[in-house]
Amino acid sequence: MSDFISNFWHLYVAGITLVAIIACLILLWFSGKAKAMTANDNTTGHVWDGDLREMNNPLPRWWVGLFIITIIFALIYLAMYPGAGNNAGKFGWTSAGQYDAEVAKANAEVAPLYAKFAGMSAEEVSKDPQAMAIGDRLFMNNCAQCHGSDARGSKGFPNLADADWLHGGTLDKIKETLTQGRVGQMPPMAAAVGTPEDVRNVAHYVLSLSGSPHDSLRASLGKSKFGACAACHGMDGKGNQTMGAPNLTDDIWLHGWGENAIVNMINNGKVNQMPAQAGKLTEGQIHVLASYVWGLSNKPAASK
Amino acid sequence: MDSQENSPRKVVPIVPVKGEGERAGDEVQMVSLYAATQKIYPRSVQGIFAKWRWVMVVITQLVFYGLPWLEWGQRQAVLFDLGARRFYIFGFVLYPQDFIYLTAILVIAAFSLFLFTAIAGRLWCGYACPQTVYSEIFMWVERKVEGDRSARMRLDGEKMSLEKLFKKVYKHIFWLAIAMWTGFTFVGYFTPIKALGMEFFLGNMSSWEVFWVFFYALATYGNAGFMREQVCKYMCPYARFQSAMFDKDTLIVTYDAERGEPRGARSKKADPAALGLGACVDCSLCVQVCPTGIDIRKGLQYECIGCGACADVCDTVMDKVGYPRGLVKYSTEHAMQNKWTKEQTWRHVFRPRVMLYIAILTLVIVALLTSLGLRKPFKVDVVRDRASLARIVAGGKIENVYRLQIMNAAEKTMQYHLSVDGLRGLELATDSNVEVKSTESRWVSVRVQMPYDAAEPGSHPIAFRIQASDEQGQSVSVLQEKSVFLVPR
Repeated sequence: MSDFISNFWHLYVAGITLVAIIACLILLWFSGKAKAMTANDNTTGHVWDGDLREMNNPLPRWWVGLFIITIIFALIYLAMYPGAGNNAGKFGWTSAGQYDAEVAKANAEVAPLYAKFAGMSAEEVSKDPQAMAIGDRLFMNNCAQCHGSDARGSKGFPNLADADWLHGGTLDKIKETLTQGRVGQMPPMAAAVGTPEDVRNVAHYVLSLSGSPHDSLRASLGKSKFGACAACHGMDGKGNQTMGAPNLTDDIWLHGWGENAIVNMINNGKVNQMPAQAGKLTEGQIHVLASYVWGLSNKPAASK
Repeated sequence: MDSQENSPRKVVPIVPVKGEGERAGDEVQMVSLYAATQKIYPRSVQGIFAKWRWVMVVITQLVFYGLPWLEWGQRQAVLFDLGARRFYIFGFVLYPQDFIYLTAILVIAAFSLFLFTAIAGRLWCGYACPQTVYSEIFMWVERKVEGDRSARMRLDGEKMSLEKLFKKVYKHIFWLAIAMWTGFTFVGYFTPIKALGMEFFLGNMSSWEVFWVFFYALATYGNAGFMREQVCKYMCPYARFQSAMFDKDTLIVTYDAERGEPRGARSKKADPAALGLGACVDCSLCVQVCPTGIDIRKGLQYECIGCGACADVCDTVMDKVGYPRGLVKYSTEHAMQNKWTKEQTWRHVFRPRVMLYIAILTLVIVALLTSLGLRKPFKVDVVRDRASLARIVAGGKIENVYRLQIMNAAEKTMQYHLSVDGLRGLELATDSNVEVKSTESRWVSVRVQMPYDAAEPGSHPIAFRIQASDEQGQSVSVLQEKSVFLVPR
């Protein structure tokens, strides 16, 4: 109701509600007083279309009782719950309040569960079937939208089920990623690399790092220009997890495989973002979820 | 109530109501828009229709009270487990996805109602409706404790005495016991009844169980003990729309006015023809036995639930005075007009409309049974992954991700073998064997891969084949589920 600037609408709503209820009562009172004409054959004597007669089948009196009960109910309801304009009602009920109460209740119910897992290591949690069932639900609700329901991502969204990590795959690093989010930034490097030909040569060199099909002549020409990339990706191209610079040697292509994709990346750069989950998930949930994600790439040999 | 019996005798118009001119002399009076409820004291009745009603009471109540106690294997034979969303009906385990069967049952129920109503009016109301059945049981208790109609009327007219109090308390204890048992049984369809019984005696039923047991007990007690015909007259929607399904070949409880009128008391030895009287001896028993308190001699009225009590009692009276039976009987409007014999009437009852209802009903029943017979003991939903359309994985393969929900409707652990077909070189990259426990459902993520050049960019239909086998490795059945495989440009 706070959307209304003027106080008039509160009074208008309250007025219309109360007047309607009172009007019902008055109508009921008048109908109780009123009499209908009836003939011996139980018709009212009204005839339409020559032969259509109106029967007089009166309502039972107990129906009036029911009607009065609904009126009493309506008045009590209006006193207890919001309904009459901006009157909050005796119970002070709001839909947001009910939601918060239900969430708080549910959280209190699951708190001991999360508390149990909080003391366990990622390895222990990932072996607990109950924790993994919870983790699966959390993943489906919060992560699968980008990373896919099998956690293997797609173009632009990292695969979480392999051993390749942009920012590190320890439990603490995964938690950090979840809590604070990540921004992966690749600046446009075309100018630093050189001519468009140089860029293509570097692309072939990058392909050669992982043993992907490439033009070895271009690759050897491109090697000298790779220095521009080494600041982040390292001289050996194995990347740098503290900066989130990907490993270029492992044949994993987050933003596309092949010469064109690499040339495009060098020319235009990329900013990729993982949103922070701290406000959405509790610490206990993040622990279980991080352990679930950890477990995806650290499966015990037996369950493979 | 008594007004009808004690009022001076007069010929009451029979439908169709007389024309305008003849009604001119009718006195016109002013009445309230609301009628005070008059308590009805139906007299007990014996006869063929009363017997049929009791047969229906016994059958419906044996089924209703008995069914929850039957066992099927390790569980209750009929159990609607709303919490787990599984309906157990003898050998069947139904999922919410089986909702279509409920539709079929509702269609069957609707067409049965159409059929029976077209044949003989409100048969459902008169013989099988819970309102009638429980009223019948409650009235039987009432009769055992307080006596028949006249005794009950006398008792209600008396001042409160120890004897009256005793009778009333006695009756209400019986009524409440039946009502409680009904509420308990009803809840027993939704929560295992034996456990519920234990909880009941230990006093630790859950609050919702308590609520529903008492809710249904109260509804039974109120409706069968007090509301009775009021429910049929003012609350029930079926009562109203069934009247719209009558036609002139529908069997309805009919008073043979031509034979009965003019009505009048006479000595048993007197010749009615000489006295100028019809067959109706005006004993008013047909009014006394009526559970809705109407006089069938006024013709078809909306209150009539078609129970045939008046026909039963009139037959006994006709037997006593030595007249032929059937002054009040099931007959059709056409039969009365054309003076058809019983055979002629029945021939006309099976008119095209009825035959059509029978045909549709048969069709739906056969369809339902066939569908149940061919039902596979598991279901699979294939849902394409919502996040990734397609991805290129090591080796240049194109990969799509699917989520398969495998629903095991068998009451044992099952093994499911998945395979996929539809494109050259299409194969599963994930485990093709899935185990699902008894009556559980499980989501599995499935990756499907295709060589890079096996198909043009775009959407391609594919099919998952799921083979179910039990723990001994016996193949039980196979399902095919369609989906699409996307190849990026």
